[in-house]
Amino acid sequence: MTHQPNLTAFDGPNSYIGKSVPRPNALRLVEGRGQYVDDLQLPRMAHVAFVRSPHAHAEIRSIETAAAREMPGVLRVFTGLDLAAVCEPWVAVLAHLKGLKSAPQHPLAVARATWQGEAVVAIVADSRAAAEDALAHVVVDYAPLPVVVEMEAALDPATPVIHPDLGDNLAFTRLHESGEPDRAFADAYKVVEATFHTARHTGVCLEPRSILADYNRAERQLTVYLSTQAPHMMQTVFAKHLGLPEGAVRVICKDVGGSFGIKVHVYPDEVATAAISKVMGRPVKFIADRFESFVTDIHARDHRITGRMAVDAEGRITALDIDDLTAIGPYSVYPRTSAIEGNQVVNLCGGQYDLKNYRARTTVVFQNKTPTCQYRAVGHPIATAVTEGLVDLAAEALGMDPVEIRRRNLILDDAYPYTSASGMKFEGLSHHKSLDTLLAMIDYPALRAEQAQLREQGVYRGIGFATFIELTNPSPFMYGIGGARISAMDGCTIRMDPDGSLVAMTGVTEQGQGTEAIVAQIVAHGVGVPLECVRVITGDTQTTPYGGGTWACRGAGIGGEAALQSAMALKESILTVAGAMLQAKPEDLDIIGGEVIQRATGAARMKLSELGRIVYFRGDTLPADLPRELVATRHYTPKQYPFVFTNGIQTSYLEVDPQTGVARLLKHWVVEDCGRVINPLLVDEQIRGGVVQGLGGALYEHCRYDQDGQLFTTSMADYLVPMAADMPDIVVGHVETPTQESALGAKGAGEAGTAGAPAAVMNAINDALRPFNARVTAQPFTPERILQALGTVPVGHSG
Amino acid sequence: MKAAPFRYAKPSSVAEAIALKADHGDSAQFLAGGQSLLPVLNMRLDRPELLIDLNGLSELEGISQEGSTIRVGALTRTKAIGQSELLARQVPLLGACIEHIAHPAIRTLATFGGSVALADPAAEWPACCLALDATIVVQGRAGEREIAARDFFQGLYATARDGNELLVRIELPVQPPDARPVALELCRRRGDYAIVGVLAQARAARPDALDDPRVVFFGVADRPIRLPEIEAPLRGKVSLKGALDALDAFLEPQGDLYHSPATKKHLAKVLLTRALRQILH
Repeated sequence: MTHQPNLTAFDGPNSYIGKSVPRPNALRLVEGRGQYVDDLQLPRMAHVAFVRSPHAHAEIRSIETAAAREMPGVLRVFTGLDLAAVCEPWVAVLAHLKGLKSAPQHPLAVARATWQGEAVVAIVADSRAAAEDALAHVVVDYAPLPVVVEMEAALDPATPVIHPDLGDNLAFTRLHESGEPDRAFADAYKVVEATFHTARHTGVCLEPRSILADYNRAERQLTVYLSTQAPHMMQTVFAKHLGLPEGAVRVICKDVGGSFGIKVHVYPDEVATAAISKVMGRPVKFIADRFESFVTDIHARDHRITGRMAVDAEGRITALDIDDLTAIGPYSVYPRTSAIEGNQVVNLCGGQYDLKNYRARTTVVFQNKTPTCQYRAVGHPIATAVTEGLVDLAAEALGMDPVEIRRRNLILDDAYPYTSASGMKFEGLSHHKSLDTLLAMIDYPALRAEQAQLREQGVYRGIGFATFIELTNPSPFMYGIGGARISAMDGCTIRMDPDGSLVAMTGVTEQGQGTEAIVAQIVAHGVGVPLECVRVITGDTQTTPYGGGTWACRGAGIGGEAALQSAMALKESILTVAGAMLQAKPEDLDIIGGEVIQRATGAARMKLSELGRIVYFRGDTLPADLPRELVATRHYTPKQYPFVFTNGIQTSYLEVDPQTGVARLLKHWVVEDCGRVINPLLVDEQIRGGVVQGLGGALYEHCRYDQDGQLFTTSMADYLVPMAADMPDIVVGHVETPTQESALGAKGAGEAGTAGAPAAVMNAINDALRPFNARVTAQPFTPERILQALGTVPVGHSG
Repeated sequence: MKAAPFRYAKPSSVAEAIALKADHGDSAQFLAGGQSLLPVLNMRLDRPELLIDLNGLSELEGISQEGSTIRVGALTRTKAIGQSELLARQVPLLGACIEHIAHPAIRTLATFGGSVALADPAAEWPACCLALDATIVVQGRAGEREIAARDFFQGLYATARDGNELLVRIELPVQPPDARPVALELCRRRGDYAIVGVLAQARAARPDALDDPRVVFFGVADRPIRLPEIEAPLRGKVSLKGALDALDAFLEPQGDLYHSPATKKHLAKVLLTRALRQILH
């Protein structure tokens, strides 16, 4: 057999790795056979609805529920005190985020409501409509308290302290310094500075947060059907706070209609639903409606960042100084905490560049708005916008092309392993190869020529670049070392049944993004069976191996590697049995297309269905001492690096109408390196979806509050998400630098699009506005803000 | 987001619908396409005790011509207006608006009469009625009543329709064949309510002169706005500057969540300029 040196194990004729196979679950979902939590109906199921605080901050003086209890269909009414008696409060801090503080939080507000929308009273009824009917009959006597709304003023001595026990409104601060930034700024050829705002926004899931909790007194087991990204984490949370052994809690997560980080946190109303089920001993369902989603789903990205960058005469970046301020609402969100986003800004700014002198500070404050926490690409779009915005400013100050300044500063492709100025360890990135790939895709000279020609006709187009790094495959360094019981390890169990079909159970979860598809591909590849012979089971803490779930781009890299190792172990077991049956050495055999073959000749020897028949039904015919385990389990935890970084670059091409301030997206390009690509179609759609969410933040999405902490944007008419008709074509290219830490070599791909898109759009708008000497740095880049930057309309009012 | 309980009636004639409404007064609401009413009910911003479903009442549907008048039944769907060859020929301003109105799914259900009766200040149909000097026909127990569009729209979601009257049809004058209609809107996203919208129509008498100019702004105030001061400088020999100066002096836009009054005024000027350019060229 000839060996082609360029081929890897993944390039075999039998491999599903790198193939755009259709997802096994797609047909089921389009036929309406998905099972989302709201599709589930259990006997004696009750529904809960919540009275929510209309005030951003108020003392709860009294609650009168008698009239509500008399309403038709109402089963029971719970107040904060009722649930505090059966549920231990939580405090969301982590040991490795030194100094982070937060206050105890209950499932329902006790004595005080701290944001508009916080759940205060729960009404359980035999239908959601009946529960909502009764809401109007609960009388809560609120005494409004002074509100903390503006993050800039949160630490002023005159500003009231939200949690007096904490002493002030400071949740967390971190300063990182490396090299000699002050000297570098003093010696700089040019220094540029700007203040950026990333708007508070949220991830809008098609399927809202959903829970069906069913406490069975006879079995003393709480079964929770939950739309979540982390079933095992939630198992621990429900057990700990409801006083149950972990083994008595089963979390089942069937289909999920999008999550984006929204569904990886502990929500008071969900814990309340589980607590109520335990008290009442019957199934209780809560499905958040769209209003509830806007006021209670975590928000994110509410940052003001001032950045300074020093460059020398050759365009080398010599120093970067970042001052980040963010407000997180009244509580740090459990159990991942709300300090991570600011912490990531410190970790990630300038991380794509060969930079020695770096200072970054984040200041995280409390306020009376919806809590913020990790949303897709945590911190990345912020760090990328600031870094890349400053790089464009520096290029302008130097009179240098934005591509050229990046080329002069991006870490060289042969410089790895490399430790960034913020201490991040990079195993292997491909900034220059990615940049070259992108430039070829966009035909940069032609694009610039078109821009120049149209400018003469009064058409203002802009080209914006954003290079970025992305943190994926997190090790225990992300949460575990801080004391959170969030698994960095994931496992996969694969079982071969008598007919040769395989069932794979994995700890990573399906959010609608295709986890089940790639696990099936890896298993089919690893064992050597047709794809249609593999069924994948996810999202059940009692049947799948323990694991972390799906977040921080870990599904493919960690769950995928566990699946590959498990598949290879099962294959070895099968070949051991086959060797005994065929009187051959196992190492001389292989499995292709569900058939044991002779490795050297490719000759078919035995179908797996025949092997299965004998093992299961005629084991008497096999040697007595032959091992015959047709089940294998393997786990994987990243160990060599705290995180596996990926990299990429994006370009936005758009047109700004200087009369109306409207920015129209024309085209968007992405080149990214997520290591081994398992399914190119799914990766491309992850990138495109991520880009669109980034474009949403750049142009549309904003949770707007008034001075009293009232959220204006509580419907899809007021909170603008990006719509297909307004989106540009998104062209995706790949460079593949597999991680050497795993056999699979996959890194994460789910957040790269979101990480870079806002920066690319900002730079493109500012490129279009350059003839007018106008610039925008506050997202979202609305027509009004662009007109303000142009001096057409006065600054003030909206924004 | 479940509507409060309500009773539901499906009358078999307009007379029966009107009688039901008269019997129940303010506690009853007519249901047409439901594209505005149903979200309001689900958010419990309104809780009528009785919904009177007009769907299926053929008396309220259809587009026809009688002499120089086009009659559009209140229940005529937005989609049908866009598909009507009669309207395209005789009142082409309506067709010019279609692509600006929400999305196909909404246009399939939303009705002409429902939009006019609701009187959303950012909606296209009320603005069209004003621009075209439409007559809005309502019917109560006492019979039909005709209300001129300029008298019909009285404020935010407020009209001259008495609460117990049903809007049965809109009558639109046939437009001269040389009328040039333009509908322009600025939106953050395609299909959104306009930040500012303008409907303009005129007969282009000569290359630089217009007859019968009509200009209506919407999305700028509590109702669609048609100002004679803006139209006057466009009559005969066109003075764009005169129209823009009049806009500056007389249009007082209200801000919204994302746009200040100054921004809206600026955008109204841009749109008026663009609309006139389209009519003149």
